[in-house]
Amino acid sequence: MTIAVWMFLAFVVATLGITVWAAKKNTGASAYFAAGRSITGWQNGLAVAGDYMSAASFLGISGMIAFFGYDGFMYSVGWLVAYLTVLIVVAEPLRNAGKYTMADLLAYRLTPRPVRAMASLSTITVSTLYMVAQMIGAGTLVKLLLKDLPWISTEWAIIGVGVLMVVYVVFGGMLATTWVQIIKAILLMTGTIFLSILVMKHFGYSFTKFFDAIAHLTYTDKSGVEVTKNFLEPGMKFGADVTNGWGPLDLISLGLALVFGTAGLPHILVRFYTVPDAKTARVSVVWAMVIIGTFYILTTFLGFGAATILKPHNIVTDNMAAPQLAEFLGGPIFFAFISAVAFATILAVVAGLTISASASFAHDFYSNVLHHGKENRPGMEVRVARITAFVVGAISIFLAIKLQNVNVAFLVGLAFAVAASANLPVIVLSIFWKKFSTTGAVLGLAVGLVSSIVLIILSPSIMGIDGPEIVAAKRHLIQANAIFPLTNPGILSIPLGFFAAIIGSLMKREPEAEAKFAELKVRAHTGLGSEKATAH
Amino acid sequence: MSEKSPVNWAQLEAKPEFRALLARKSRFIIGSTIFFVIYYFALPVLVGYFPEMMKKEVLGRLNWAYLFALSQFFMAWAMAFIYTRKAAQWDKEAAAVVHGH
Repeated sequence: MTIAVWMFLAFVVATLGITVWAAKKNTGASAYFAAGRSITGWQNGLAVAGDYMSAASFLGISGMIAFFGYDGFMYSVGWLVAYLTVLIVVAEPLRNAGKYTMADLLAYRLTPRPVRAMASLSTITVSTLYMVAQMIGAGTLVKLLLKDLPWISTEWAIIGVGVLMVVYVVFGGMLATTWVQIIKAILLMTGTIFLSILVMKHFGYSFTKFFDAIAHLTYTDKSGVEVTKNFLEPGMKFGADVTNGWGPLDLISLGLALVFGTAGLPHILVRFYTVPDAKTARVSVVWAMVIIGTFYILTTFLGFGAATILKPHNIVTDNMAAPQLAEFLGGPIFFAFISAVAFATILAVVAGLTISASASFAHDFYSNVLHHGKENRPGMEVRVARITAFVVGAISIFLAIKLQNVNVAFLVGLAFAVAASANLPVIVLSIFWKKFSTTGAVLGLAVGLVSSIVLIILSPSIMGIDGPEIVAAKRHLIQANAIFPLTNPGILSIPLGFFAAIIGSLMKREPEAEAKFAELKVRAHTGLGSEKATAH
Repeated sequence: MSEKSPVNWAQLEAKPEFRALLARKSRFIIGSTIFFVIYYFALPVLVGYFPEMMKKEVLGRLNWAYLFALSQFFMAWAMAFIYTRKAAQWDKEAAAVVHGH
């Protein structure tokens, strides 16, 4: 088991080395926030993939498929298709018209202060929700993986992850964060491909045998009865019969949040500022789609492999399906490798989230809202970002330790819902709609943010009545029947976000913003006047 | 964000070549977005509301549900490929519009 610790330490040492190297190259704001716009297409593609393939995808989806068969695989599909929105609608205009954050695009023709203040609030909300979920994941994972080393408690694991992410971001900035993502993406893909090959080896490299086993899976269910099910058939999680009829609609709502939320995730959007131009931004999305798509197709082998080879009743928790499968098929060293990959995954994702949150606070709120866009001293913006990263790290460590026993799966869902309902409508309208105004942007962001949070609070993720046998980690936060029937608010909150942004714009027209639309259009579609690379 | 620049944006935007390029681009973006949104949401709708139909096995043990889910990956890759080729063409046209400014 200690092999896992050594492998993890090797990753930490390597990434700290990168941080030292990056720290030397960090001269000026463009270098710190956007890696000097010097990242190439395939590098950024790997980094986008690294930012996106969180522990939730690697461990979560494998476990979901192992327990719910086909319905778990449905997650995989949505997470790739989401990139078409990023590629076709958002990436290039954002790169051409912005500088460091999502709010740059909005502030281009709208009144900067109110728009940046709201956009910064929503960016920090999304990043923090996502980050806390990841860090709690790290804590639980450490407990499960290092059960032989009881001196590493959940608290210490959370603090360790938090301190490391702060170090990467404070000293290494975007350049170090990007390379951490690249290494992690390569490790994750290697582990996944190797594990998939081991699964196929188990079935004598015969797809017929593999799918026969999935379609005819005998295991012991929760009540101790031996059952045989076809895991390729839909309905085990979202079927109308197991969800009071709401399952199919919930699945559609989840799909909406994924397909429209990804293009509003701040830590994904900032990645497009790290490349030299819009063309490279496009190339990097395509690279990311190849990597992410391959990864999600391979979850077939990880998830169904765990279901058929281990059997669902032998899997400890849904997060352990992939590591347990690795141990069974590849022995202790491979188990150690997969565990270390899972840690690396969490570390890299939280680092990406930290830098997007701190960039938004420093660039949007500090420089542009408090100081009207006039930096009082050179280098101040970067200093503020470093202090913010420190503060964000401390707050996330605190929240993650406080919430460690709460079931937090909804935090990631909430992050996607807020991104889809608050951020995406204003991004799209600002690129495509002439009459979009400051009032519309502020109202759209506010309604999207508030409606998704309120609907999640009223949903079965937070509200529900549990029997006394339910353990603390699985209990609902509010012990009452849910008011909103779906676990995912997207189907209602996304239209609300768009609606509010449109109504706000029509309520209060803004001739100056309409006049500047011509400039934005030319800039977004030709790249004329866009931010250039600084580091060579 | 709005530093003074010597580019005459309004004049560029009014160029017929730019307007035409933008119209073609928008048509493609809107068309392809509608296409992939319908293609994608057909999956949860069919699986959720017509499960019996989707459970029918077509290729060995593989049923419609799994095959359609798998096809989404290839749809996404194909769309990305088509978009990239289109976008390379638009890049050239945009450069021609800007040229001489």
